[in-house]
Amino acid sequence: MATTTVSRVIQTNHEKNGARASLPKTPTGIEGLDEITHGGLPRGRPSLICGNAGCGKTLLAMEFLVRGATQFGEPGVFIAFEETAQELTQNVKSLGFDLPALVRRKKLLIDYVRVERSEIEETGEYDLEGLFIRLNHAIDTIGARRVVLDTIESLFSGMSNTAILRAELRRLFRWLKDKGVTTIITGERGDGVLTRQGLEEYVSDCVILLDHRVNEQVSTRRLRIVKYRGSTHGTNEYPFLIDEDGISVLPITSLGYQYKVSAQRVSSGIPRLDTMLGGKGFYRGSSILLSGTAGTGKTTVAAHFADATCRRGERCLYFAFEESQDQIARNMLSVGIDLRGCIQKGLLTFHASRPSLHGLEMHLVTMHKLVEKHRPDVVIIDPVTNLVDAGEQRDVSAMLVRLMDFLKARQITALLTSLTHNSAPAAERSEVLISSLADTWLLLRTIEIGGERNRGLYVLKSRGMAHSNQIREYLLTKNGVQLLDVYVGPSGVLTGSARLAQEADDKNRELTRQQEAARLQTELVRKRQELAAQILALQNDLSMNNGELQALGTREHTRLSAVQANRRDMQRSRQSDALGVNGPRTNHE
Amino acid sequence: MNKETVQTLPASTKRKGFATRLGKKLGTASRQPIRNTSGKNNGDGQIWNLRLYVAGQSPKSVVAFANLKRICEEHLAGRYRIEVLDLLKNPQLARGDQILAIPTLVRKLPEPLKKIIGDLSDIERTLVGLDLYPLDRSSK
Repeated sequence: MATTTVSRVIQTNHEKNGARASLPKTPTGIEGLDEITHGGLPRGRPSLICGNAGCGKTLLAMEFLVRGATQFGEPGVFIAFEETAQELTQNVKSLGFDLPALVRRKKLLIDYVRVERSEIEETGEYDLEGLFIRLNHAIDTIGARRVVLDTIESLFSGMSNTAILRAELRRLFRWLKDKGVTTIITGERGDGVLTRQGLEEYVSDCVILLDHRVNEQVSTRRLRIVKYRGSTHGTNEYPFLIDEDGISVLPITSLGYQYKVSAQRVSSGIPRLDTMLGGKGFYRGSSILLSGTAGTGKTTVAAHFADATCRRGERCLYFAFEESQDQIARNMLSVGIDLRGCIQKGLLTFHASRPSLHGLEMHLVTMHKLVEKHRPDVVIIDPVTNLVDAGEQRDVSAMLVRLMDFLKARQITALLTSLTHNSAPAAERSEVLISSLADTWLLLRTIEIGGERNRGLYVLKSRGMAHSNQIREYLLTKNGVQLLDVYVGPSGVLTGSARLAQEADDKNRELTRQQEAARLQTELVRKRQELAAQILALQNDLSMNNGELQALGTREHTRLSAVQANRRDMQRSRQSDALGVNGPRTNHE
Repeated sequence: MNKETVQTLPASTKRKGFATRLGKKLGTASRQPIRNTSGKNNGDGQIWNLRLYVAGQSPKSVVAFANLKRICEEHLAGRYRIEVLDLLKNPQLARGDQILAIPTLVRKLPEPLKKIIGDLSDIERTLVGLDLYPLDRSSK
């Protein structure tokens, strides 16, 4: 997969440059080098590799031949001026190169040229025809397409007539070009110049400088293409490594943004978090930054994601820079995430190491290698910020860019946790490094109110999806991370006991209101009853009144009848004019 | 074998070859009868085995052979054997004696091995290189 990706990139670069630069190139097969040279070394021409002692010139040259022989079917000749064939064989054995086998299969020929000044007396004119003949013979014997001269400068220590040597070297490089073999010439770095003997003067097509620096006790090897005639090339200093698989050069951003993207979504393992992310979770192959202060539960969120990945039957690679595998597995059990099953099934692989164990490049390459080996769908780096200890900030960001490039090109979803400091400005500063790389940035933070610390989560950004703008409080429970409902009070979002208090308060108020209503209701009922009673009483009054009125009428009537009867009696008794008396009285009635 | 050998030893067989031709071209006797140079006998009478590596008949090779011949005649008459090896014909031989420069004279015997590169036009240095000079001087 790695090689196909690389070759794909090379191809695209070729296509890109094909119209303009048609300089044929010979791929070195060295990881990364072909990318920054856009295809390899100039075919059929000599290239100079220079650097200080111990910077890896010989190894690079040897790998060029071995890869040529094994991967590209191009046999090679190694002319060694410094080490015997046996020494070379032993030296590169640790890189997994089996030189004797290649020699037996006539894919490689090592010729040790010994130049010992004490054995040589110079008397008059000479030339290096002997070397030419040897070289020619070696090339023709195995049909070599690649040649290494390591280190041809040794000639200068063995022979004193530099005028002759220089003329002969010039002739040699010309001859090599005519012969059409792709050649690497190594040269020791001189004081202020690329090579002690000014070889760069003769080899003008491609010059690569190797450097080995020690910065704060961490050594870093770097490679730079000083010039490459007739071709574009990466101009930066690229860190490179020598390990058991040979040399790997790490181009920083050579890939550009050519990778395919996926519209597929993967769950974060926390349902309510998925809801916050447009309802579906992260994009596959995106990079997720999970930053937060100490103790905000970054690892737990990461473990959720790892767990979800494994549940889908996908593979997850977990780089732990703070805790060991067992410790993480144990701690996650306490929040109800059982990672042991995933580990046993081989879906989840931990790689725990101390950040200070190696330099940054070594970490990066280890990651590259493990990713190549395990082919995960998800990579978790916890925490990525610990790597800052292993290098300078600029290097770290460069490294992360490379790592992200690498993972994205393989459609691997990456979750990086990032430890930030409590003070906000520092947090922002440290995240500037990585934030632009992250497609989705989740921020975990503690919210300190009312003498307690609560956890809040929000989506700072998430490219290409609608996402929640809410700060959500979450709890680490026995069943993992639980996002709570948003609780917005009159004075903003409330969390923790403030939220609980507010909730209780609200509940009380509600209760009171309910009670009040009930009370009011009974009151009204009572009042109505009262009124009804009043109505009843009044009606009683009324009817009593009516009765009295009737009684009064009756009484009056009775009284009037009685009075009339009396009066009649009186009149009768007085014998008065009944008409006179009767007349007006009747009128008065 | 393509080695062309010039021998000035009693047992020498008469062979014609490149070196002989070289010698003739330069007008020097390439093959001579044994001459006992009793007066200049240096060393213990050991036979000197010299190899001259050349590449075709380049002018430098021709000059080198002539110079070598003259020196040997002068200092080692009768006790030397010169092998002329043409690397154009036998490129594989260059590896054995670690030949880079042409012409190269290799003193195989007496030990230790000595290498002299160049056309041997600097006679003094050639003698030093062959360890002949001091001996020669002391014998004078």
